[in-house]
Amino acid sequence: MIITAISVIFILAGLIFFIGGAVGLIRFPDFYTRTHAAGKGDTLSSLLVILGFAIYQLHDFESLSHDWLTLLVILKMLGISVFILITSPTSTHALMDAGWEDGTEPKIHRDRPNHLNDDCEKF
Amino acid sequence: MASPETKRNLYRGVVFGLLFLTWMIFSGLFDAFHLTLGVISCGIITWMSSDLLFEDRTIPLSARLRQGVRLGGYCFWLLWQIVLSNLHLFRLAFSSPKALQPHIVRYETKLKTDFEKYLLASSITLTPGTVTIKIMGDRFYVHAISDIAAEGLDGEMERRIARIFAMKEAKQALEAPTS
Repeated sequence: MIITAISVIFILAGLIFFIGGAVGLIRFPDFYTRTHAAGKGDTLSSLLVILGFAIYQLHDFESLSHDWLTLLVILKMLGISVFILITSPTSTHALMDAGWEDGTEPKIHRDRPNHLNDDCEKF
Repeated sequence: MASPETKRNLYRGVVFGLLFLTWMIFSGLFDAFHLTLGVISCGIITWMSSDLLFEDRTIPLSARLRQGVRLGGYCFWLLWQIVLSNLHLFRLAFSSPKALQPHIVRYETKLKTDFEKYLLASSITLTPGTVTIKIMGDRFYVHAISDIAAEGLDGEMERRIARIFAMKEAKQALEAPTS
């Protein structure tokens, strides 16, 4: 019962962060800031949801000799989250880089630097 | 001091062990048939591409182990940073658009190897509010969504990454004259 409650809390927290990512995706002004919202919603929220699932697996855990196969399931889920932690920043970076190469103009706040634009001629 | 050949074999053994552990976790079947399949496929992969996992094989395995432990500790610190900055981005998503100050900053790094740079770039991207757009030699171009997010680029991340691999530089300097 307690384990179910903890896992529900984790999953709900993940869903709330997903909502934040989706709202950011709609509300942010340009391509780059939207990619921020889209790419970041994935990391923490999917991590939290998967962690919630992994904790839920423990809900009918009785003894190590009988239920050790559920431990393997939990290990697989942790493997998935590690995989997400590796691939998510890579894809976010690839999207942004492709956007820059394609000539998408970033919306820069006034008085703030755009060093990439400054150094662009040197490349 | 072990000879380079035995060291290479040790590294092969480590790669095989890691692969086989992964096999056992993902298969979950421990009868003779599936274990034999695992040994065969892990053996083929180790034979063909064990160079991919550890490039530099002059480093002793004990130093690798210490680096691995420190990398694990760094991951926990990074997870905490991810939580903090996700909260920041969450607040930004619901506040007025004026709260955003998007800009692109230059960030110079002292890290040398590709893996360290990869780790730093990934860490910058993982902490929300900052995304590495380009790496040009030692320069990272980072898109920051607000001033607060950009303050995260104060070099503490880089110091922590440098500390993980600090052993390596010292060891290489020590071993250079003998090898």
